Amino acid sequence: MAQSLAKEFTKGLWAEIPPFRLVLGLCPVLAVTKSVENGIGMGVATTFVLVFSNFLISLLRNIIPSKVRIACYVVIIATFVTIVELLMQAYTYELFLKLGIFIPLIVVNCIVLGRAEAFASKNGPVLSIADGLGIGLGFTLSLAALGAVRELLGNGTLTIWEGLPVFGMGPGFIPFQFMIEAPGAFVGLGLMLCMMNLVGKK
Amino acid sequence: MREMINMIVVLTALTAFSGGLLATVQSGTQVQIENQVLKFQKAPAIKNIFPDATNDPLAERFSVKAQDIELQIFPGVLADGSKVIAFETKGTGFGGPIGLMVGINLDTDKIVDVRVTTHSETPGIGTRAKDDLSFVAQFAGQGMDVDFALKGDGGIIDAMSGATVTSKGVSIAAIQAKEIYQKLKPEIVKQLK
Repeated sequence: MAQSLAKEFTKGLWAEIPPFRLVLGLCPVLAVTKSVENGIGMGVATTFVLVFSNFLISLLRNIIPSKVRIACYVVIIATFVTIVELLMQAYTYELFLKLGIFIPLIVVNCIVLGRAEAFASKNGPVLSIADGLGIGLGFTLSLAALGAVRELLGNGTLTIWEGLPVFGMGPGFIPFQFMIEAPGAFVGLGLMLCMMNLVGKK
Repeated sequence: MREMINMIVVLTALTAFSGGLLATVQSGTQVQIENQVLKFQKAPAIKNIFPDATNDPLAERFSVKAQDIELQIFPGVLADGSKVIAFETKGTGFGGPIGLMVGINLDTDKIVDVRVTTHSETPGIGTRAKDDLSFVAQFAGQGMDVDFALKGDGGIIDAMSGATVTSKGVSIAAIQAKEIYQKLKPEIVKQLK
């Protein structure tokens, strides 16, 4: 049990890390990775939704009729996304303003629905939570990594939350402005995919 | 038939549960969200509208209730001694309600300035109403006898190109602010003293 738990958890961190291995959920990956802070915020919000929707779907997997399962999944996911939106408004309002429309859009993030359909509907609650946590953490790490590359090259800084130290590239550095604009997201993602494939090549 | 009933029952139970859960979270976070909106949306808007206020309009806010309208008023005193108030009205934009903070000079009945607060407009298009001040600047200094409709509708406001619905939302909020002000002014002046 413990072994399979660890396996489900760690697969999301490397073997099935969502944007780089499964190449899923690219809309938020491209849109919100202007800075590390945005990336982590989006990742944590998605992880929250993933864990709770996986848990609930797995609990209800024998009750939900297979013909209306997608509708049921969407209701459950949308509920948790709305909860995240309300919580972010209440406690991290500035982050909520920065992420804007991409928070409600977690509903249609195919990672969340994909895990519900591919994993939670076939496995028990505990395994499903481990799967949700692992995939969510992998997603957060990917967003943070891409955000770090884009922010460092595009703005010359590395801001990680308020109050924590800010690293800079030094006064002589002239930022590549385009890295924090839309084309930079594609270039950054492409380079990271390429590196992942290079490292993972057998 | 059995299967059909099963589907309906499960889906109904699930949506009812989710409705209940959301209502609970909503009522639990409402006060906190209002505080955050006050701190991050209304406070900067008021500061921009009355940059030279000698008091703290946020701390001195009060509610006015008359003719079935309840309104939160932020009173201010400018550096030249004139009394001003700010309050928020809502218009409907492209992505939902647009909040507009309107500052009015009580002595001259003229609009001091307006700022967009909460909104869910399209980034880069409708959001110009908030970020590009040349649009809201059209309201500044106007009297209460002016029609705040868009030029196409017979008013004086130039719409932002490509963002007509947003412009209209802001203009509706301004027209509403004018109506509310005319209705509530006696009550507001009474409470200010």
